[in-house]
Amino acid sequence: MPFDVDYHAIAPELIVGTTVLVVLSIDLFLSPTRKWWAMPLSFLGVVAALVVELTLIGQERTSFTGSYVSDGFAVLFKTFFLSVALVVLALSLRYFRDGRYYQGEYYFLILSSFLGMLTISSSRDLLMLFISLELVSAPGFLMAGFRKRDPRSNEAALKFFLIGILSTAVMLYGMSLVYGVTGVLRLDEIAQQLAGEASGVEVAAVLFVVAGFAFKVSSVPFHFWAPDTYEGSPVPVAAFLSVASKAAGFAGLIQLMFFGFAPLAAFWAPVFAVLSILTMSIGNLVALQQRQVVRLLAYSSIAQAGYMLLPFALAGVSPAVDEQAVRAAVFYILVYAIMNLGAFAVVVAVARESPGVLVSDFAGMARRAPALAVAMLMFFISLAGIPPTPGFWGKFFIFQAAIAADQVWLAVVMVVNSVISVWYYFSVVRPMFFVEPAEVRPFRAPALVTAVVALAGVAVLAVGVFPDLLAKLPPAVTLP
Amino acid sequence: MDWFDSWAITLAVFLPAVGAVVVTVVPRDRDRLVRALGILFTGAALVVGILMLFGYDFSAPGAFGDGSAARALQFEANLSWISVIDANYHIGIDGVSLPLLELTLLLGFLCMVYTWRWLPEPGRPKAFVALLLILQTGMSGTFIAFDLVLFFVFWELVLVPMYFLIGYWGYPGRREYAAIKFFLYTLFGSVFMLLSFLAMYFRSEPHTFDIIALQQGGFDPTFQNLAFIGLFLGFAIKVPMWPFHTWLPDAHTEAPTVGSVHLAGILLKMGTYGFVRIALPVLPDAARVWAPWIGVLAVIAIVYASLACLAQRDLKRLIAFSSVGHMGFVMLGIATLTDVGINAAIFGMVAHGVITGMLFFLAGSVHERYHTREIAEIGGGMLQKVPFMASILAFTAIASLGLPGLAGFWGEVMALLSSYSPAEGLSVTLFRVLMVFGGIGTILTAGYFLWMLQRVNLGVVPDRWEPKRLADVNAVEWVAWAPLLVGILLLGLVPGLILGITSDAVASLTGLF
Repeated sequence: MPFDVDYHAIAPELIVGTTVLVVLSIDLFLSPTRKWWAMPLSFLGVVAALVVELTLIGQERTSFTGSYVSDGFAVLFKTFFLSVALVVLALSLRYFRDGRYYQGEYYFLILSSFLGMLTISSSRDLLMLFISLELVSAPGFLMAGFRKRDPRSNEAALKFFLIGILSTAVMLYGMSLVYGVTGVLRLDEIAQQLAGEASGVEVAAVLFVVAGFAFKVSSVPFHFWAPDTYEGSPVPVAAFLSVASKAAGFAGLIQLMFFGFAPLAAFWAPVFAVLSILTMSIGNLVALQQRQVVRLLAYSSIAQAGYMLLPFALAGVSPAVDEQAVRAAVFYILVYAIMNLGAFAVVVAVARESPGVLVSDFAGMARRAPALAVAMLMFFISLAGIPPTPGFWGKFFIFQAAIAADQVWLAVVMVVNSVISVWYYFSVVRPMFFVEPAEVRPFRAPALVTAVVALAGVAVLAVGVFPDLLAKLPPAVTLP
Repeated sequence: MDWFDSWAITLAVFLPAVGAVVVTVVPRDRDRLVRALGILFTGAALVVGILMLFGYDFSAPGAFGDGSAARALQFEANLSWISVIDANYHIGIDGVSLPLLELTLLLGFLCMVYTWRWLPEPGRPKAFVALLLILQTGMSGTFIAFDLVLFFVFWELVLVPMYFLIGYWGYPGRREYAAIKFFLYTLFGSVFMLLSFLAMYFRSEPHTFDIIALQQGGFDPTFQNLAFIGLFLGFAIKVPMWPFHTWLPDAHTEAPTVGSVHLAGILLKMGTYGFVRIALPVLPDAARVWAPWIGVLAVIAIVYASLACLAQRDLKRLIAFSSVGHMGFVMLGIATLTDVGINAAIFGMVAHGVITGMLFFLAGSVHERYHTREIAEIGGGMLQKVPFMASILAFTAIASLGLPGLAGFWGEVMALLSSYSPAEGLSVTLFRVLMVFGGIGTILTAGYFLWMLQRVNLGVVPDRWEPKRLADVNAVEWVAWAPLLVGILLLGLVPGLILGITSDAVASLTGLF
């Protein structure tokens, strides 16, 4: 078998990989006041990768004997990850520069993680998936501990690391079982091997693999790390973990479940139903009691993961429903990224003057920074799923898929959950608008952060009124 | 006027939304300009609405049944909106939606006029006017949407503005509680409505969200009954029907004056309109099954609300509870599934919008003079202290209790009349019993309104008010109220103004039963 490499297809990865090395080495030669140069450098690298990625739209390319492909799904997710990278970099600049953290190392780590996300989108075999997933996770462990003089940051990193490697171990065990049973690594070949009578080992192996991804997407019962880790991490890292790293988990999970393990859907779909319900319910109920906004957003993002897991519970009914479920999940991931990054951008701005970011720190925001407050309101009503916002359409498509699969009860559980979620989102909205600030002094946000908020706000409005803008994007979900 | 034909509704609905955007870019210190813009944009929408009356074919049937009749849906537009789910921007009006659309445009404009002089504490005209404008787009959109997804978006669009109107500009004390209660309660109902919409989509062949196409669905009875429950939850909470009414007294009482006017005048009608527009024609078999239950709940609401009103000490809360009763009559009319009943319901909706809108204006102005809403604290003698305002209060309250010759009469009496002979298949005995209890309700209604007038208007001026100078109705109030007062009288004397528009449309709806 020839060892084929399509250099055009992997050019974005190569560019990001080169940038990673350049950023790390150039940091050695920069004086402390110029360490922040790593950020524009990283930014340029990502933009270049994004441009190259856009040239791959509409093409089907494979490398490494089918283990690594660049199809519609991969291009969509890579474009998405690269865009998210730009946003996270924009949020990071002032935070890390003004906070005197290690900047060169940070940009090196975060780019490495995004490199993992690029490869996870293209991976079509177990080994590649595993390596990519670890490439996403490992820098995260370090970044969570970046505020190293704060014990909470240390705890954040340690908890993240311990739960992370535990679930990795379980997942790896599952993968080895899959390989042992089927003798192949490529997802399409696994699907062929698994077709037919299912054995206990196969089902167990699949469930072990699911456990590893459940950690990644912060699904119950592997969610315990998320609130502590988000709270202790630098805020841009929390934004990164809650959006990019979660989306990477879902990108891998969609590949694995709907392609590789599709023949066993009858066994794992009910598992996802349970995971989804538990995740959204526990996330929402615990979020009700939060007084710290990053923790609140952490539980909110757990609940949101529950919504995104729901389409997996609909698998295996019919190819049409599978297709609809995947589209609903992908669409939700995209809109979740927009609204959650927007919300985190506002938190980054607030954290500059009140590092504790308590709900009470948002008091009187409407007076001090009306535009920012209105933007936050939009992100929150979108997260709560009230029309006309992208979050509503995301839920709409999931409900639609659930009803198409005749699983109305799942939709009902999700509906009740979204009503509950309004309460805690509005517990932040309330002080922003209804409480007078202690002192009315103007609120200053860094230009890049403001730009991110504005961009996310415009995107929320546009997609809210014309959901077709994003809903038409996932075209290339070709299921086996 | 081809151009006007297809764009008139869009203009009327979205002009206020455009106004909201314009208002947000006006500098903060230009208070008067902001309020003028509010009047300008709602006024422009109202002008478009009035022009539409001239182009409207009053002899056309309603957009019910097979929909093949010519010009059933007028000023229609149907553009592709969300292609992935076949949701369209399908709008239009027929005899059922026209009166409600016009009512919305009128009340929205009058509220802006009223705001010219009086903006509730703590001020912030820009935000206040912008929210009212967005609210109006949501409300008027609900009455013209003929696509379920579009309907739902408009339906939910009112939630956030109303939440802020109650929570920020409401009366201090319980306003935030009232705001979130309103929000969560209505949201809870509407999400089940959404699930029913989706279920109807998947059961229709070919899949569609189009309200007119869905009427040809011919869903099987079991499915209809289930889907009806979801719709019922959404609509009944909005109406609100007993026992889902508990958000209403809080929201209506705590809201600022114009917020209450919008809530009572229009928001409640979204629920009853939903029954007439969607629940009955799309799920006719289920409607027959559930109609007796709806009738029973409606009459409980009538009697319960009038008893509750007798116990109220707060003028505004009394008016709020009276709404529950009046909407009970509307629902009773709908439950009979007859021509007379549904005509009564639509007439009742418009009449209630005009009358109760007026009552809430009055409650606000009385509070502004007396700085209290407690009936006991006002203590009587308003006829001597502020004679014009007291007379208007008497006139409107008497209209509300259903005196013949005024607007409140026709909706109630026709609803009672229709329950004497409900549609075929419904229990005549049950509905006649309901009629009797509804009749008792009208007597109680007369009782609490007259008692309220006695305590507020009549008697001597209490000592504490004697030395105070209280301003009577001022110019802006006259302008804002005159159309409503004229409307109350006109609708009472010439009920054909509404019934002439609705009867043909309703006939094509009841043809389904």
